[in-house]
Amino acid sequence: MLSSGRSVAVRLLRPASWLPLRQSSEGRPVSSQQKELIKKRTLEKDELRPLYMDFQATTPMDPRVLDAMLPYQVNFYGNPHSRTHAYGWESETAMETARKQVADLIGADPREIIFTSGATESNNMALKGVARFYHAKKRHIITTQTEHKCVLDSCRVLEAEGFSITYLPVQKNGLLDLELLEACIRPDTSLVSVMTVNNEIGVRQPIKEIGNICRSKGVFFHTDAAQAVGKIPINVSEWKVDLMSISGHKIYGPKGVGALYVRRRPRVRLEPLQSGGGQERGLRSGTVPTPLVVGLGAACSIAQQEMEYDHHRVSMLANRLVQKIMSEIPDVVMNGDPEQRYPGCINLSFAYVEGESLLMALKDVALSSGSACTSASLEPSYVLRAIGADEDLAHSSIRFGIGRFTTEEEVDYTAEKCVQQVQRLREMSPLWEMVQEGIDLKSIKWTQH
Amino acid sequence: MAASTRSQVIALYRMLLKESQKFPSYNYRTYALRRVRDAFTANRKVADPQSVERLVEDGRQALALIQRQVSIGTMFKAQKMVVE
Repeated sequence: MLSSGRSVAVRLLRPASWLPLRQSSEGRPVSSQQKELIKKRTLEKDELRPLYMDFQATTPMDPRVLDAMLPYQVNFYGNPHSRTHAYGWESETAMETARKQVADLIGADPREIIFTSGATESNNMALKGVARFYHAKKRHIITTQTEHKCVLDSCRVLEAEGFSITYLPVQKNGLLDLELLEACIRPDTSLVSVMTVNNEIGVRQPIKEIGNICRSKGVFFHTDAAQAVGKIPINVSEWKVDLMSISGHKIYGPKGVGALYVRRRPRVRLEPLQSGGGQERGLRSGTVPTPLVVGLGAACSIAQQEMEYDHHRVSMLANRLVQKIMSEIPDVVMNGDPEQRYPGCINLSFAYVEGESLLMALKDVALSSGSACTSASLEPSYVLRAIGADEDLAHSSIRFGIGRFTTEEEVDYTAEKCVQQVQRLREMSPLWEMVQEGIDLKSIKWTQH
Repeated sequence: MAASTRSQVIALYRMLLKESQKFPSYNYRTYALRRVRDAFTANRKVADPQSVERLVEDGRQALALIQRQVSIGTMFKAQKMVVE
Protein backbone atom coordinates (compact mmCIF):
# COMPACT_ATOMS: atom_id res chain seq x y z
CA MET A 1 0.00 0.00 0.00
CA LEU A 2 2.92 2.28 0.79
CA SER A 3 4.19 2.26 -2.76
CA SER A 4 0.82 2.92 -4.26
CA GLY A 5 0.31 5.66 -1.67
CA ARG A 6 3.45 7.30 -2.98
CA SER A 7 2.33 7.11 -6.56
CA VAL A 8 -0.96 8.68 -5.52
CA ALA A 9 0.93 11.61 -4.06
CA VAL A 10 2.98 11.97 -7.24
CA ARG A 11 -0.11 11.93 -9.38
CA LEU A 12 -1.97 14.37 -7.22
CA LEU A 13 0.94 16.80 -7.24
CA ARG A 14 0.99 16.99 -10.99
CA PRO A 15 0.41 20.56 -12.15
CA ALA A 16 -3.25 21.15 -11.74
CA SER A 17 -4.18 19.96 -15.23
CA TRP A 18 -6.07 16.95 -13.86
CA LEU A 19 -8.46 19.02 -11.86
CA PRO A 20 -11.30 19.72 -14.28
CA LEU A 21 -13.13 21.90 -11.77
CA ARG A 22 -10.51 24.61 -11.96
CA GLN A 23 -10.17 24.59 -15.70
CA SER A 24 -11.70 26.83 -18.28
CA SER A 25 -12.43 25.46 -21.73
CA GLU A 26 -9.12 26.86 -22.98
CA GLY A 27 -7.28 24.91 -20.33
CA ARG A 28 -6.25 27.89 -18.21
CA PRO A 29 -6.80 27.59 -14.48
CA VAL A 30 -9.81 29.61 -13.35
CA SER A 31 -10.05 31.34 -10.02
CA SER A 32 -13.14 30.88 -7.90
CA GLN A 33 -14.16 34.41 -8.78
CA GLN A 34 -14.13 33.57 -12.46
CA LYS A 35 -16.05 30.42 -11.70
CA GLU A 36 -18.77 32.52 -10.12
CA LEU A 37 -18.90 34.59 -13.28
CA ILE A 38 -19.42 31.49 -15.39
CA LYS A 39 -22.15 30.37 -13.04
CA LYS A 40 -24.07 33.63 -13.09
CA ARG A 41 -23.60 34.67 -16.69
CA THR A 42 -26.79 35.45 -18.61
CA LEU A 43 -27.36 34.49 -22.22
CA GLU A 44 -26.36 36.86 -25.02
CA LYS A 45 -29.06 37.88 -27.45
CA ASP A 46 -27.91 35.71 -30.34
CA GLU A 47 -26.77 32.80 -28.20
CA LEU A 48 -28.60 29.48 -28.19
CA ARG A 49 -30.70 28.60 -25.17
CA PRO A 50 -29.73 25.49 -23.21
CA LEU A 51 -32.39 22.83 -23.27
CA TYR A 52 -34.35 22.27 -20.10
CA MET A 53 -33.89 19.04 -18.16
CA ASP A 54 -34.73 20.19 -14.64
CA PHE A 55 -38.46 19.51 -14.34
CA GLN A 56 -38.18 18.78 -10.60
CA ALA A 57 -37.02 22.34 -9.92
CA THR A 58 -39.89 23.87 -11.80
CA THR A 59 -41.89 23.34 -14.98
CA PRO A 60 -42.79 25.72 -17.78
CA MET A 61 -46.40 26.83 -17.66
CA ASP A 62 -48.68 24.94 -19.98
CA PRO A 63 -50.14 27.35 -22.59
CA ARG A 64 -53.60 26.07 -21.61
CA VAL A 65 -52.95 27.19 -18.04
CA LEU A 66 -51.86 30.65 -19.11
CA ASP A 67 -54.91 30.88 -21.32
CA ALA A 68 -57.19 30.14 -18.37
CA MET A 69 -55.41 32.68 -16.16
CA LEU A 70 -55.22 35.66 -18.48
CA PRO A 71 -58.84 36.82 -18.22
CA TYR A 72 -58.33 37.14 -14.45
CA GLN A 73 -55.21 39.22 -14.99
CA VAL A 74 -57.11 41.53 -17.34
CA ASN A 75 -60.84 42.08 -16.86
CA PHE A 76 -61.97 39.97 -13.94
CA TYR A 77 -59.91 41.54 -11.19
CA GLY A 78 -62.45 41.47 -8.38
CA ASN A 79 -61.56 40.39 -4.88
CA PRO A 80 -62.99 36.89 -4.54
CA HIS A 81 -64.04 37.71 -0.98
CA SER A 82 -66.12 40.75 -1.99
CA ARG A 83 -69.75 39.80 -1.42
CA THR A 84 -71.39 43.01 -2.55
CA HIS A 85 -70.79 43.19 -6.30
CA ALA A 86 -70.38 41.23 -9.53
CA TYR A 87 -66.61 41.69 -9.58
CA GLY A 88 -66.36 39.72 -6.38
CA TRP A 89 -68.90 37.09 -7.40
CA GLU A 90 -67.23 36.21 -10.68
CA SER A 91 -63.85 35.89 -8.98
CA GLU A 92 -65.39 33.78 -6.25
CA THR A 93 -66.97 31.46 -8.82
CA ALA A 94 -63.62 31.06 -10.56
CA MET A 95 -61.90 30.35 -7.24
CA GLU A 96 -64.47 27.71 -6.29
CA THR A 97 -64.18 26.05 -9.72
CA ALA A 98 -60.42 25.89 -9.22
CA ARG A 99 -60.90 24.42 -5.74
CA LYS A 100 -63.05 21.68 -7.22
CA GLN A 101 -60.49 20.96 -9.94
CA VAL A 102 -57.75 20.54 -7.32
CA ALA A 103 -59.99 18.39 -5.13
CA ASP A 104 -61.00 16.15 -8.05
CA LEU A 105 -57.39 15.39 -8.91
CA ILE A 106 -56.68 13.93 -5.46
CA GLY A 107 -60.12 12.50 -4.72
CA ALA A 108 -61.00 15.06 -2.05
CA ASP A 109 -63.96 17.28 -1.25
CA PRO A 110 -63.52 20.91 -2.42
CA ARG A 111 -64.09 22.10 1.17
CA GLU A 112 -60.92 20.28 2.18
CA ILE A 113 -58.66 22.36 -0.09
CA ILE A 114 -56.90 25.43 1.34
CA PHE A 115 -55.06 27.65 -1.13
CA THR A 116 -51.57 28.70 -0.09
CA SER A 117 -48.54 30.32 -1.69
CA GLY A 118 -46.90 27.01 -2.49
CA ALA A 119 -45.84 23.66 -1.11
CA THR A 120 -43.37 25.26 1.30
CA GLU A 121 -46.16 27.20 2.97
CA SER A 122 -48.41 24.12 2.92
CA ASN A 123 -45.72 22.06 4.62
CA ASN A 124 -45.08 24.75 7.22
CA MET A 125 -48.80 25.06 7.89
CA ALA A 126 -49.31 21.32 8.21
CA LEU A 127 -46.37 20.62 10.50
CA LYS A 128 -46.44 23.68 12.72
CA GLY A 129 -50.22 23.92 12.60
CA VAL A 130 -50.95 20.38 13.75
CA ALA A 131 -48.07 20.26 16.25
CA ARG A 132 -49.08 23.52 17.91
CA PHE A 133 -52.81 22.76 17.98
CA TYR A 134 -52.38 19.44 19.77
CA HIS A 135 -49.32 20.44 21.79
CA ALA A 136 -50.99 20.09 25.19
CA LYS A 137 -51.16 16.30 24.89
CA LYS A 138 -48.99 15.36 21.95
CA ARG A 139 -45.43 16.49 21.64
CA HIS A 140 -43.81 14.08 19.22
CA ILE A 141 -43.47 14.22 15.43
CA ILE A 142 -42.00 11.69 13.02
CA THR A 143 -40.46 12.51 9.67
CA THR A 144 -37.70 11.11 7.47
CA GLN A 145 -34.18 12.27 6.72
CA THR A 146 -34.86 12.62 3.00
CA GLU A 147 -37.70 15.16 3.30
CA HIS A 148 -37.58 18.53 1.60
CA LYS A 149 -35.70 21.30 3.42
CA CYS A 150 -38.93 23.09 4.39
CA VAL A 151 -40.21 20.06 6.29
CA LEU A 152 -36.88 19.50 8.02
CA ASP A 153 -36.55 23.18 8.89
CA SER A 154 -40.09 23.38 10.24
CA CYS A 155 -39.19 20.41 12.43
CA ARG A 156 -36.10 22.23 13.68
CA VAL A 157 -38.29 25.18 14.70
CA LEU A 158 -40.67 22.85 16.49
CA GLU A 159 -37.73 21.20 18.23
CA ALA A 160 -36.73 24.62 19.54
CA GLU A 161 -40.30 25.00 20.83
CA GLY A 162 -39.88 21.85 22.89
CA PHE A 163 -41.32 19.18 20.59
CA SER A 164 -39.39 15.98 20.16
CA ILE A 165 -38.79 14.95 16.55
CA THR A 166 -37.74 11.59 15.16
CA TYR A 167 -35.91 11.83 11.84
CA LEU A 168 -36.24 8.31 10.47
CA PRO A 169 -33.41 6.97 8.34
CA VAL A 170 -34.33 5.42 5.00
CA GLN A 171 -33.06 2.21 3.49
CA LYS A 172 -30.41 2.02 0.80
CA ASN A 173 -33.06 2.26 -1.91
CA GLY A 174 -34.46 5.46 -0.38
CA LEU A 175 -37.63 3.84 0.94
CA LEU A 176 -38.88 4.03 4.48
CA ASP A 177 -38.83 0.87 6.59
CA LEU A 178 -42.47 0.41 7.67
CA GLU A 179 -41.62 -1.71 10.72
CA LEU A 180 -39.26 0.97 11.92
CA LEU A 181 -41.97 3.60 11.48
CA GLU A 182 -44.47 1.52 13.42
CA ALA A 183 -41.97 0.98 16.22
CA CYS A 184 -41.28 4.71 16.47
CA ILE A 185 -44.90 5.81 16.90
CA ARG A 186 -45.48 6.77 20.55
CA PRO A 187 -48.69 7.51 22.44
CA ASP A 188 -47.82 11.21 22.28
CA THR A 189 -47.05 11.26 18.54
CA SER A 190 -49.27 13.80 16.82
CA LEU A 191 -48.05 13.70 13.23
CA VAL A 192 -46.11 11.61 10.75
CA SER A 193 -44.80 13.45 7.68
CA VAL A 194 -43.41 11.50 4.73
CA MET A 195 -43.09 12.83 1.19
CA THR A 196 -44.80 10.94 -1.63
CA VAL A 197 -42.16 11.29 -4.35
CA ASN A 198 -38.66 12.43 -3.45
CA ASN A 199 -37.54 15.55 -5.28
CA GLU A 200 -33.93 14.43 -5.69
CA ILE A 201 -33.99 10.70 -6.34
CA GLY A 202 -37.59 10.22 -7.44
CA VAL A 203 -38.45 7.28 -5.17
CA ARG A 204 -42.09 6.70 -4.26
CA GLN A 205 -42.69 6.01 -0.61
CA PRO A 206 -45.30 3.38 0.29
CA ILE A 207 -47.84 6.07 1.19
CA LYS A 208 -50.84 3.77 1.32
CA GLU A 209 -49.16 1.45 3.81
CA ILE A 210 -47.92 4.37 5.90
CA GLY A 211 -51.46 5.80 5.85
CA ASN A 212 -52.83 2.52 7.16
CA ILE A 213 -50.28 2.37 9.97
CA CYS A 214 -50.97 5.96 11.00
CA ARG A 215 -54.75 5.55 10.90
CA SER A 216 -54.59 2.38 13.00
CA LYS A 217 -52.46 4.15 15.61
CA GLY A 218 -54.60 7.30 15.61
CA VAL A 219 -51.81 9.53 14.36
CA PHE A 220 -52.28 12.22 11.71
CA PHE A 221 -50.45 11.64 8.46
CA HIS A 222 -49.10 14.45 6.29
CA THR A 223 -47.50 13.90 2.91
CA ASP A 224 -45.65 16.40 0.78
CA ALA A 225 -46.92 15.46 -2.67
CA ALA A 226 -45.47 18.42 -4.58
CA GLN A 227 -43.58 16.09 -6.92
CA ALA A 228 -46.34 13.50 -7.17
CA VAL A 229 -49.61 15.33 -7.74
CA GLY A 230 -50.69 15.21 -11.35
CA LYS A 231 -47.98 12.70 -12.21
CA ILE A 232 -49.19 9.59 -10.46
CA PRO A 233 -52.79 8.71 -9.54
CA ILE A 234 -53.57 9.95 -6.02
CA ASN A 235 -56.57 9.32 -3.83
CA VAL A 236 -56.49 10.75 -0.35
CA SER A 237 -59.27 8.47 0.92
CA GLU A 238 -57.65 5.33 -0.41
CA TRP A 239 -54.26 6.36 0.94
CA LYS A 240 -55.73 7.53 4.28
CA VAL A 241 -53.81 10.78 4.06
CA ASP A 242 -54.90 13.53 6.48
CA LEU A 243 -52.89 16.42 5.08
CA MET A 244 -51.32 16.81 1.65
CA SER A 245 -49.16 19.59 0.22
CA ILE A 246 -49.56 20.54 -3.43
CA SER A 247 -47.49 22.93 -5.53
CA GLY A 248 -48.60 24.80 -8.65
CA HIS A 249 -45.33 25.25 -10.46
CA LYS A 250 -44.39 21.58 -10.41
CA ILE A 251 -47.44 20.66 -12.47
CA TYR A 252 -47.11 23.21 -15.28
CA GLY A 253 -49.02 25.81 -13.29
CA PRO A 254 -47.97 29.25 -12.07
CA LYS A 255 -45.35 29.90 -9.40
CA GLY A 256 -46.48 31.36 -6.10
CA VAL A 257 -49.51 29.17 -5.57
CA GLY A 258 -50.13 25.83 -3.94
CA ALA A 259 -52.68 24.09 -1.81
CA LEU A 260 -53.00 22.12 1.39
CA TYR A 261 -55.50 19.32 1.68
CA VAL A 262 -56.89 19.15 5.21
CA ARG A 263 -59.17 16.22 6.01
CA ARG A 264 -62.62 17.00 7.41
CA ARG A 265 -63.62 13.53 8.55
CA PRO A 266 -62.00 12.55 10.88
CA ARG A 267 -61.33 16.21 11.39
CA VAL A 268 -57.77 17.52 11.45
CA ARG A 269 -57.35 20.81 13.26
CA LEU A 270 -54.56 23.30 12.69
CA GLU A 271 -53.36 26.43 14.33
CA PRO A 272 -53.08 29.01 11.51
CA LEU A 273 -49.70 30.61 10.86
CA GLN A 274 -51.16 33.87 9.59
CA SER A 275 -53.70 36.07 11.34
CA GLY A 276 -56.00 38.32 9.37
CA GLY A 277 -59.27 38.42 7.52
CA GLY A 278 -60.11 34.79 8.13
CA GLN A 279 -60.11 33.66 4.51
CA GLU A 280 -59.79 29.93 3.69
CA ARG A 281 -61.80 28.87 6.77
CA GLY A 282 -59.55 31.03 8.93
CA LEU A 283 -56.59 28.75 8.25
CA ARG A 284 -54.87 31.01 5.75
CA SER A 285 -55.82 34.65 5.99
CA GLY A 286 -55.02 36.88 3.06
CA THR A 287 -56.82 37.53 -0.22
CA VAL A 288 -56.77 34.48 -2.44
CA PRO A 289 -54.93 35.39 -5.68
CA THR A 290 -57.66 34.58 -8.21
CA PRO A 291 -55.46 34.37 -11.35
CA LEU A 292 -52.98 32.07 -9.63
CA VAL A 293 -55.57 29.70 -8.19
CA VAL A 294 -57.37 29.63 -11.55
CA GLY A 295 -54.00 28.60 -13.01
CA LEU A 296 -53.53 25.93 -10.35
CA GLY A 297 -57.03 24.61 -11.00
CA ALA A 298 -56.47 24.52 -14.75
CA ALA A 299 -53.10 22.80 -14.26
CA CYS A 300 -54.78 20.16 -12.06
CA SER A 301 -57.58 19.49 -14.49
CA ILE A 302 -55.15 19.24 -17.42
CA ALA A 303 -52.92 16.96 -15.35
CA GLN A 304 -55.86 14.70 -14.64
CA GLN A 305 -56.82 14.57 -18.29
CA GLU A 306 -53.23 14.07 -19.51
CA MET A 307 -51.87 11.86 -16.73
CA GLU A 308 -51.84 8.59 -18.66
CA TYR A 309 -50.51 10.18 -21.83
CA ASP A 310 -47.78 12.10 -19.97
CA HIS A 311 -46.78 9.15 -17.83
CA HIS A 312 -46.43 6.90 -20.85
CA ARG A 313 -44.29 9.44 -22.64
CA VAL A 314 -42.13 10.38 -19.66
CA SER A 315 -41.41 6.69 -18.96
CA MET A 316 -40.45 6.14 -22.59
CA LEU A 317 -38.09 9.13 -22.62
CA ALA A 318 -36.57 8.23 -19.25
CA ASN A 319 -35.82 4.71 -20.44
CA ARG A 320 -34.30 6.09 -23.59
CA LEU A 321 -32.01 8.43 -21.62
CA VAL A 322 -30.86 5.82 -19.11
CA GLN A 323 -30.34 3.24 -21.82
CA LYS A 324 -28.26 5.59 -23.94
CA ILE A 325 -26.06 6.70 -21.06
CA MET A 326 -25.63 3.31 -19.37
CA SER A 327 -24.82 1.48 -22.60
CA GLU A 328 -22.02 3.90 -23.44
CA ILE A 329 -20.26 4.44 -20.13
CA PRO A 330 -19.42 2.07 -17.29
CA ASP A 331 -19.65 2.79 -13.56
CA VAL A 332 -22.87 4.77 -13.64
CA VAL A 333 -25.12 4.20 -10.65
CA MET A 334 -28.81 5.03 -10.52
CA ASN A 335 -29.72 6.35 -7.09
CA GLY A 336 -32.94 5.24 -5.42
CA ASP A 337 -35.15 2.23 -5.84
CA PRO A 338 -35.33 1.06 -9.49
CA GLU A 339 -38.99 0.01 -9.24
CA GLN A 340 -40.75 2.18 -6.66
CA ARG A 341 -40.18 5.48 -8.41
CA TYR A 342 -41.55 8.25 -10.57
CA PRO A 343 -39.78 7.73 -13.92
CA GLY A 344 -39.39 11.44 -14.74
CA CYS A 345 -36.78 12.01 -12.01
CA ILE A 346 -33.53 10.21 -12.74
CA ASN A 347 -30.58 10.63 -10.40
CA LEU A 348 -27.35 9.18 -11.74
CA SER A 349 -23.93 9.05 -10.13
CA PHE A 350 -20.99 9.05 -12.52
CA ALA A 351 -18.14 7.50 -10.58
CA TYR A 352 -14.74 9.28 -10.73
CA VAL A 353 -16.31 12.44 -12.14
CA GLU A 354 -17.09 15.48 -10.04
CA GLY A 355 -20.77 16.38 -10.43
CA GLU A 356 -20.13 20.10 -10.38
CA SER A 357 -17.55 19.93 -13.18
CA LEU A 358 -19.88 17.77 -15.24
CA LEU A 359 -22.65 20.33 -14.76
CA MET A 360 -20.31 23.06 -15.96
CA ALA A 361 -19.18 21.00 -18.91
CA LEU A 362 -22.81 20.35 -19.85
CA LYS A 363 -23.59 24.05 -20.12
CA ASP A 364 -25.95 23.41 -23.04
CA VAL A 365 -28.28 21.48 -20.80
CA ALA A 366 -30.06 22.96 -17.78
CA LEU A 367 -29.45 20.33 -15.13
CA SER A 368 -28.93 20.21 -11.40
CA SER A 369 -27.10 18.01 -8.97
CA GLY A 370 -30.07 18.00 -6.61
CA SER A 371 -32.65 20.31 -5.13
CA ALA A 372 -32.65 23.86 -6.51
CA CYS A 373 -32.73 25.24 -2.96
CA THR A 374 -29.30 23.83 -2.22
CA SER A 375 -27.78 24.02 -5.70
CA ALA A 376 -25.58 26.97 -4.71
CA SER A 377 -23.51 24.94 -2.28
CA LEU A 378 -20.92 22.39 -3.27
CA GLU A 379 -21.89 20.08 -0.43
CA PRO A 380 -23.12 16.67 -1.55
CA SER A 381 -26.86 16.27 -1.19
CA TYR A 382 -28.15 15.21 2.23
CA VAL A 383 -30.64 12.94 0.50
CA LEU A 384 -27.86 10.93 -1.11
CA ARG A 385 -26.02 10.78 2.19
CA ALA A 386 -29.19 9.51 3.84
CA ILE A 387 -29.48 6.62 1.39
CA GLY A 388 -25.92 5.70 2.30
CA ALA A 389 -24.26 6.71 -0.96
CA ASP A 390 -20.48 6.89 -0.63
CA GLU A 391 -19.10 10.38 -0.33
CA ASP A 392 -17.51 10.21 -3.78
CA LEU A 393 -20.69 8.94 -5.45
CA ALA A 394 -22.75 11.58 -3.69
CA HIS A 395 -20.39 14.20 -5.10
CA SER A 396 -20.76 12.88 -8.63
CA SER A 397 -24.52 12.82 -8.97
CA ILE A 398 -26.71 14.60 -11.50
CA ARG A 399 -30.49 14.80 -11.57
CA PHE A 400 -32.22 14.58 -14.95
CA GLY A 401 -35.80 15.83 -14.98
CA ILE A 402 -38.09 14.83 -17.80
CA GLY A 403 -41.54 16.29 -18.31
CA ARG A 404 -44.48 16.98 -20.57
CA PHE A 405 -42.55 19.17 -23.00
CA THR A 406 -39.36 17.11 -23.29
CA THR A 407 -38.63 15.82 -26.80
CA GLU A 408 -36.70 12.84 -28.14
CA GLU A 409 -34.11 15.19 -29.63
CA GLU A 410 -33.48 16.77 -26.24
CA VAL A 411 -33.01 13.38 -24.60
CA ASP A 412 -30.64 12.24 -27.33
CA TYR A 413 -28.68 15.48 -27.18
CA THR A 414 -28.36 15.26 -23.40
CA ALA A 415 -27.28 11.63 -23.49
CA GLU A 416 -24.73 12.26 -26.21
CA LYS A 417 -23.20 15.32 -24.49
CA CYS A 418 -23.22 13.56 -21.16
CA VAL A 419 -21.37 10.51 -22.49
CA GLN A 420 -18.85 12.75 -24.25
CA GLN A 421 -18.13 14.89 -21.20
CA VAL A 422 -17.96 12.02 -18.74
CA GLN A 423 -15.42 10.30 -20.96
CA ARG A 424 -13.41 13.50 -21.31
CA LEU A 425 -13.40 14.22 -17.58
CA ARG A 426 -12.48 10.66 -16.75
CA GLU A 427 -9.55 10.76 -19.13
CA MET A 428 -8.25 13.75 -17.18
CA SER A 429 -8.87 12.16 -13.81
CA PRO A 430 -6.00 10.44 -11.99
CA LEU A 431 -8.57 8.47 -10.00
CA TRP A 432 -9.96 6.94 -13.18
CA GLU A 433 -6.42 6.17 -14.32
CA MET A 434 -5.70 4.39 -11.06
CA VAL A 435 -8.93 2.40 -11.26
CA GLN A 436 -7.98 1.32 -14.78
CA GLU A 437 -4.66 0.09 -13.34
CA GLY A 438 -6.54 -1.95 -10.80
CA ILE A 439 -5.88 0.10 -7.68
CA ASP A 440 -8.70 -0.05 -5.15
CA LEU A 441 -9.41 3.59 -4.28
CA LYS A 442 -10.92 2.63 -0.95
CA SER A 443 -7.57 1.25 0.23
CA ILE A 444 -5.82 4.58 -0.17
CA LYS A 445 -5.17 6.66 2.90
CA TRP A 446 -5.78 10.18 1.68
CA THR A 447 -4.81 12.10 4.76
CA GLN A 448 -1.85 11.77 7.07
CA HIS A 449 -3.70 11.85 10.40
CA MET B 1 -69.12 9.21 -40.18
CA ALA B 2 -70.97 11.29 -42.73
CA ALA B 3 -68.85 12.56 -45.60
CA SER B 4 -69.41 16.19 -44.62
CA THR B 5 -68.27 15.52 -41.04
CA ARG B 6 -65.27 13.66 -42.31
CA SER B 7 -64.07 16.58 -44.40
CA GLN B 8 -64.82 18.89 -41.48
CA VAL B 9 -62.63 16.80 -39.16
CA ILE B 10 -59.81 16.68 -41.69
CA ALA B 11 -59.97 20.44 -42.17
CA LEU B 12 -59.87 20.96 -38.39
CA TYR B 13 -56.89 18.61 -38.09
CA ARG B 14 -54.99 20.50 -40.80
CA MET B 15 -55.78 23.86 -39.20
CA LEU B 16 -54.63 22.63 -35.78
CA LEU B 17 -51.32 21.43 -37.20
CA LYS B 18 -50.84 24.60 -39.19
CA GLU B 19 -51.43 26.83 -36.17
CA SER B 20 -49.37 24.66 -33.81
CA GLN B 21 -46.47 24.97 -36.23
CA LYS B 22 -46.45 28.71 -35.50
CA PHE B 23 -45.50 28.45 -31.80
CA PRO B 24 -42.16 30.28 -31.52
CA SER B 25 -41.16 28.20 -28.48
CA TYR B 26 -39.54 24.92 -29.51
CA ASN B 27 -41.05 22.93 -26.66
CA TYR B 28 -44.59 24.27 -27.01
CA ARG B 29 -44.47 23.79 -30.78
CA THR B 30 -43.29 20.19 -30.68
CA TYR B 31 -45.74 19.40 -27.88
CA ALA B 32 -48.71 20.92 -29.68
CA LEU B 33 -47.94 19.09 -32.93
CA ARG B 34 -47.41 15.80 -31.13
CA ARG B 35 -50.51 16.17 -28.95
CA VAL B 36 -52.77 17.07 -31.88
CA ARG B 37 -51.54 14.09 -33.93
CA ASP B 38 -51.85 11.69 -31.02
CA ALA B 39 -55.33 12.91 -30.09
CA PHE B 40 -56.61 12.45 -33.64
CA THR B 41 -54.97 9.04 -33.92
CA ALA B 42 -56.43 7.94 -30.58
CA ASN B 43 -59.94 9.02 -31.60
CA ARG B 44 -59.72 7.70 -35.13
CA LYS B 45 -62.23 4.93 -34.56
CA VAL B 46 -64.87 7.04 -32.81
CA ALA B 47 -68.10 6.51 -34.77
CA ASP B 48 -70.86 7.78 -32.50
CA PRO B 49 -72.05 11.09 -34.06
CA GLN B 50 -72.54 12.75 -30.67
CA SER B 51 -69.02 11.89 -29.52
CA VAL B 52 -67.64 13.10 -32.84
CA GLU B 53 -69.50 16.35 -32.45
CA ARG B 54 -68.17 16.81 -28.92
CA LEU B 55 -64.60 16.08 -30.05
CA VAL B 56 -64.91 18.51 -32.96
CA GLU B 57 -66.12 21.19 -30.56
CA ASP B 58 -63.13 20.48 -28.26
CA GLY B 59 -60.88 20.75 -31.28
CA ARG B 60 -62.35 24.10 -32.25
CA GLN B 61 -61.74 25.46 -28.78
CA ALA B 62 -58.20 24.09 -28.83
CA LEU B 63 -57.63 25.83 -32.17
CA ALA B 64 -58.73 29.19 -30.75
CA LEU B 65 -56.53 28.63 -27.69
CA ILE B 66 -53.51 27.79 -29.83
CA GLN B 67 -54.05 30.90 -31.94
CA ARG B 68 -54.20 33.11 -28.82
CA GLN B 69 -51.14 31.49 -27.26
CA VAL B 70 -49.17 31.71 -30.50
CA SER B 71 -49.74 35.46 -30.62
CA ILE B 72 -48.65 35.84 -27.01
CA GLY B 73 -45.59 33.69 -27.64
CA THR B 74 -44.68 35.78 -30.67
CA MET B 75 -44.73 38.92 -28.54
CA PHE B 76 -42.19 37.54 -26.05
CA LYS B 77 -39.78 35.52 -28.16
CA ALA B 78 -36.59 34.10 -26.67
CA GLN B 79 -33.40 32.75 -28.20
CA LYS B 80 -33.48 29.52 -30.16
CA MET B 81 -32.71 26.26 -28.36
CA VAL B 82 -29.52 24.31 -28.91
CA VAL B 83 -31.42 21.44 -30.49
CA GLU B 84 -33.29 23.58 -33.04
